Amino acid sequence: MIPEIGHFALILALVIALVQGVFPILGAHRGYASWVALAKPAAQLQFLMLLVSFACLTWAFLQSDFSVLYVAENSNTRLPQIFKFSAVWGAHEGSLLLWALILSAWTAAVTVFGRSLSPLMMARVVGVLGLVATGFLAFLIFTSNPFERLLPAVAEGRDLNPLLQDIGLVMHPPMLYMGYVGFAIPFAFAIAAMLGGRLDAAWARWSRPWTQIAWVFLTLGIALGSWWAYYELGWGGWWFWDPVENASFMPWLAGTALMHSLAVTEKRGAFKAWTVLLAIFTFSLSLLGTFLVRSGVLTSVHAFAADPSRGLFILLFLAVVVGSSLMLYAARASKVRSHVRFELVSRETALLLNNVILVVTTVSILLGTLYPLIIDALGAGKISVGPPYFNAVFIPLTVPLAILIGVGSLARWKRDSFANIWVKVRVAFVASLVFGILFPLVAMQHFSWQAALGMVLAFWVFFSSLKVMKEYARGRGIGGLSLSQWGMTFGHLGVAVFITGITLTSIYSSEKDVRLVPGDSFSLGGYEFLFKGTTHLQGPNYQGDRGEIVITREGEPVTVLYPEKRNYLSGMPMTEAGIDAGLTRDLFVALGEPLDDQGAWAVRIYHKPFVRWIWLGALIMALGGVCSAADKRYRLLARREREALAGGVA
Amino acid sequence: MKARHKRFAFLLVGLSVLGVAAWLVFQALGNNLSYFFSPTEVVEGKAPEGHVFRLGGLVQPGSFRREDKGQAVVARFVVTDNHQSVEVRYSGILPDLFQEGQGVIAQGRMGPDGVFMADEVLAKHDENYMPPEVAAALEEGHRKGVANMATGGGQ
Repeated sequence: MIPEIGHFALILALVIALVQGVFPILGAHRGYASWVALAKPAAQLQFLMLLVSFACLTWAFLQSDFSVLYVAENSNTRLPQIFKFSAVWGAHEGSLLLWALILSAWTAAVTVFGRSLSPLMMARVVGVLGLVATGFLAFLIFTSNPFERLLPAVAEGRDLNPLLQDIGLVMHPPMLYMGYVGFAIPFAFAIAAMLGGRLDAAWARWSRPWTQIAWVFLTLGIALGSWWAYYELGWGGWWFWDPVENASFMPWLAGTALMHSLAVTEKRGAFKAWTVLLAIFTFSLSLLGTFLVRSGVLTSVHAFAADPSRGLFILLFLAVVVGSSLMLYAARASKVRSHVRFELVSRETALLLNNVILVVTTVSILLGTLYPLIIDALGAGKISVGPPYFNAVFIPLTVPLAILIGVGSLARWKRDSFANIWVKVRVAFVASLVFGILFPLVAMQHFSWQAALGMVLAFWVFFSSLKVMKEYARGRGIGGLSLSQWGMTFGHLGVAVFITGITLTSIYSSEKDVRLVPGDSFSLGGYEFLFKGTTHLQGPNYQGDRGEIVITREGEPVTVLYPEKRNYLSGMPMTEAGIDAGLTRDLFVALGEPLDDQGAWAVRIYHKPFVRWIWLGALIMALGGVCSAADKRYRLLARREREALAGGVA
Repeated sequence: MKARHKRFAFLLVGLSVLGVAAWLVFQALGNNLSYFFSPTEVVEGKAPEGHVFRLGGLVQPGSFRREDKGQAVVARFVVTDNHQSVEVRYSGILPDLFQEGQGVIAQGRMGPDGVFMADEVLAKHDENYMPPEVAAALEEGHRKGVANMATGGGQ
């Protein structure tokens, strides 16, 4: 009964989404006030229906209702409660339901927090989001219904993929989807503004905090995914340039560009048409990401058994969304040309360059991700584009971006001169050269020029961000910085930390697969790893072996690690690494396989300097995004417009 | 600066960024592509010598053995498409889902002794999932096997 209620609520949500997508937009066009007024209640009702639907599916999981096919395939009575809950979005159908729920939640949030939007703008924004929701809900109901019954019911479910039985996965997809789907909001604002023919500073000011919040979620989602891959996949890598990772990274890059170009549009009224195009581009990449992940067209660690009808549906949906948006853009873009002048040496130019580089990087990654598909479709062979391609393209493009952070955030709007900027940056420039080159000499085992380059860039971003802070604080003290200034500072400091992490981990990590008999030891990175042997392990829905490895450094005890090899009921083996985390290095041990009867095991040992800094950097960037979005000028604006509206009515 | 000069400067900066990016992309694509070959194609000599490629098929049942030397972990197994097969040597820990009779993709190059030296071995994270390349290679291998039988030709 409960699953039927969920199914029914889902169908109702589709019908409401259709109403929400059609009537407010037509109403705004024709001037029917009653149709315009439908927007808010429809959006909120749609959210409520999806909430009911999601709750029903969750209930089916918690009750282990194996008469529901999706539950029977992804859950098990012996699964711990928390994973029964996270199993709701552990596979295709449920994760799409989560996608739709999050979209409706964002829409409902717009209706609540966007009270000062004009009713026409609100109707158009909510309408566009309704159309997107219609497409997704139709996809969900017609190709991937999570409430499909399995009759007769089975006594026991198949169990959730053990890789996903982890706290990282409880958090990772919702975060990622909040980001992906959140970019629907700036997209809807851009489309709505084009429909209404008004692209002003107010539009940019409205889009900006929403974009920043979506970006924060996406940043956290990607960082969580990377962290999860690091400790749960068991092989110590934190980024594989896997197509599915790229699918989330491309909207992130485009979203980063969008945030920066929105800043120019808000402050200076420039780049309007470009910002609109970026908003469309960013959301299209989110949809493309969903297509790549969900259609199974790519060989990837994440790809699931393919269902061609699903892939085709998303591809068509993508074509409709991108096609219609671009057509609208072509028709309206000429009207939104900005007539704001700025000189070659100015902050605008720096941000323009930032955008060009970010977009070019995105396109290169897109090319590498889709290239195998294109070649295969042309019948020219089956190829794969590996990490070396992405590294060779990404790293050289990131270098000028890091340099621009310092130059751009110290340059003045509209017009500046190189001499003027040089005066501001010279201390940071010299300091970054000195510290960057000294760092690998003093702190690391050996010198490498790549490490020096990376550290020079990291210190450059760091010192120039400090300089920016000092400029802002001049005359008012550090407490006088606005939240949005803190946001920019944290965002950029996060980049510095991130570059440090990537540089030092990539260059100074050491890794070894070795055969160890109990009592054997192996030394790596100045640490001694002593293998004490393994013991039998019994878990709720798995059994396996647990190794004990004692780590010492120059005779002093450091830690004891207990890596595990588990065999789940579903028949899948799993590696649980033993990790000793530290600010300046991680020690990582994973069990491979037993090699003989004498208790010998293949063991993988890693020494990874500064790997935590990668995720720490992402966290600091996200903090920056939160600060910016919380800046009081957005709230002031909302209040002022509300008062103006109330005054106008009275 | 005159407006015309300014526009020109903007254009120059934009084009140089694009140019550098395009150059990087083509360099990287040229050097870092790896093609997929089935055991049959490798035996027929279609795979490049001295260049990295990917070999895929099923791990032949009964072919797996260890050649551990001291603390080094070395595995040897045979990859087959049920028509032809190629021997593979891999130094390191195999993925969890590596199993005899299951699909596998190995990346590496051919050694002088006709053994494929793998740098990387991939087995999929989903036990029900067969990499599409491997599925296609098996189908092709099966087709060739049947054709050989029909014409009376053996291997």
